[in-house]
Amino acid sequence: MTAPAPGPTTTTFRQAYREALRDALRRDELAFLMGEDVGMYGGCFGVSTGLLEEFGPERVRDTPLSEAGFVGAGIGAALNGMHPIVEVMTVNFSLLALDQIMNNAASMLHMSGGQFNVPLVIRMTTGAGRQLAAQHSHSLEGWFGHIPGIRVLAPGTLEDARGMLWTALQDPDPVLIFENGRLYGTEGELAPDAGPVEIDHAAVRRAGTDLTLITYGGSLPRALEAAELLLADGISAEVVDLRTLRPLDTTTILASVSRTHRAVVVDEAWRTGSLSAEVSARIMEGAFYELDAPVARVCGAEVPIPYAQHLEQAALPQPEDIALAARELVQDHG
Amino acid sequence: MTSTSPVPAAPDLAEGRRLLHEMLRLRRFEERCVELYSAARIRGFMHLYIGEEAVAVGAMASLRADDAAVTTYREHGHALAKGLSARSIMAEMFGRVEGCSRGHGGSMHLFDAERRFYGGNAIVAGGLPLAVGLALGDKLRGLDRVTACYFGEGAMAEGAFHESMNLAALWSLPVVFLCENNLYAMGTALTRSESQTDLALKAAAYEVTSWAVDGMDVLACRAASRRAVDIARAGGGPCFVEYRTYRFRAHSMYDPELYRSKEEVERWKQRDPIDALDRRLTEAGYLADGERAQMETEIAGEIDDAVAYAEEGTQEPVEDLTRYVLRRASS
Ligand SMILES: Cc1ncc(C[n+]2csc(CCOP(=O)(O)OP(=O)(O)O)c2C)c(N)n1
Ligand SMILES: [Mg+2]
Repeated sequence: MTAPAPGPTTTTFRQAYREALRDALRRDELAFLMGEDVGMYGGCFGVSTGLLEEFGPERVRDTPLSEAGFVGAGIGAALNGMHPIVEVMTVNFSLLALDQIMNNAASMLHMSGGQFNVPLVIRMTTGAGRQLAAQHSHSLEGWFGHIPGIRVLAPGTLEDARGMLWTALQDPDPVLIFENGRLYGTEGELAPDAGPVEIDHAAVRRAGTDLTLITYGGSLPRALEAAELLLADGISAEVVDLRTLRPLDTTTILASVSRTHRAVVVDEAWRTGSLSAEVSARIMEGAFYELDAPVARVCGAEVPIPYAQHLEQAALPQPEDIALAARELVQDHG
Repeated sequence: MTSTSPVPAAPDLAEGRRLLHEMLRLRRFEERCVELYSAARIRGFMHLYIGEEAVAVGAMASLRADDAAVTTYREHGHALAKGLSARSIMAEMFGRVEGCSRGHGGSMHLFDAERRFYGGNAIVAGGLPLAVGLALGDKLRGLDRVTACYFGEGAMAEGAFHESMNLAALWSLPVVFLCENNLYAMGTALTRSESQTDLALKAAAYEVTSWAVDGMDVLACRAASRRAVDIARAGGGPCFVEYRTYRFRAHSMYDPELYRSKEEVERWKQRDPIDALDRRLTEAGYLADGERAQMETEIAGEIDDAVAYAEEGTQEPVEDLTRYVLRRASS
């Protein structure tokens, strides 16, 4: 007789990210974590709490405030056979390291004629909703998705928070993981044997027939909530979680839209020149004749994120906004 | 470089009462902010200046009203000392349109054009290049104004610090760099972030006149800032002053403080700049019985008024969400 498999445990995104880091540091002796306050402070959002005690200061390495320096150093260490996991506190601060990410990490392999690949993972927080105002709240993952030479991941589920890091570490190229700050405290069930997940495909998180909501990361729970609201109106929404923002899994997007014939792209990032624009263009290019309505978008307002709660909330796509856009699409183009 | 804390002259002590009042004002204001944060009236990230008041109060005392200040996210004290009203700061933290940044900025982004208070910058070292540019503007326009740029010691590891020091010295600009060395950048102690912990020595490498001062002694802070501002205003180029200070509270409201001992914090609290000045003034006969109590009453009244003002404040209409993105409205 075998013991019954243990059931799922309740966990948070924060804990899932931590377990992923712990697992990586245990299994891969070339892996190390480096960033501001990842060690003694316990991580600015508490993700790496306890890891310094377990792995020591060489492998859980606190850095000074030097984003360009330590991100660049991560690239160098990766070139020299290590598997660095570099943490940048938030995406706004990653702009200080953008030069290193783009001009070195993303360009190295091609620029060197295929000689030097960069097996580096960079993690950072993204997203608004915590009243942190205009220098701590943006969603720039779409910008990074513009750059050839890197892979961009955005976990929106506990399974992905737990599983994407290991797969990213096995990747021979630079991988950026965007952790939505609103989700850190979100609780859910995770199987005790949850482990690495593939990072090549988008996922259908909810099946539906009338339209497709396409989103990722922090907007995924909101899109799922919108799908519930729509159900009350008799509208069946499918929800596609992009998961990997670069390279985009166009196949899954087009397959879903070809079933539902309508699409709403949801992204808390700005609309102009954005990832949502890219998704919309790909649908137009690949499934134009399947569409019963123009592709709609629900995006963040084109404003640096304001502090005041009512303004910040108004700047972000809410479930009601998503449901409204979806309803219009179905009703006006029935 | 060694610390230079000249013995204060008598006129400094005479002004001491005003400095005491000002430090108390900053302290009590932030103590009220903590209560309001617990009551969820103030949200987001909030960083307290408690323990470091001598620096802003001492330094601002040497600035003219038309001099500029550039600060960080830990700037409630600097804003008050630069003359922003308690009302406008409190209203800002309540997210009100009456706030000094219309509720768009919150605790980390206080601004005031009239008082030449250029923020509230929450990108560490992000304010330094701005200060260089403000000073460049004054120099090009032939104005004898000075720009005071406040930042923490943690900022000295950023590239922007080094680029700014070099530019300011190269172009001999009227900017005063005021480094608030409170020994920690979040949880990272100075010794774990700087290869050279003598910060004035580091700044001096850029040919910037540099020295350190006891940041818990408001009179010493004032004297040092006055000297630096005088040099900068007279065309002597930039100065760098390291203020050796300490924050008594957590980095922000979310900090578990795993990186320092309670004993260390207690030791520094023994050097509370407010208590120190109070003792000194009392001993020298500059603070009469009951004067401190009177100050406390006055300040409590000012803060009560600020909170009431913030409570009664109004919200920016949602229709105006994108109104201030560009000065010239786009379609
Ligand atoms: C470029 C950048 N990196 C990281 C942060 C996060 N952060 C905010 S304050 C801080 C510590 C700064 O320490 P210091 O400059 O000494 O100022 P203090 O907070 O001690 O006043 C850090 C790491 C930031 N705001 N900006
Ligand atoms: Mg500091």
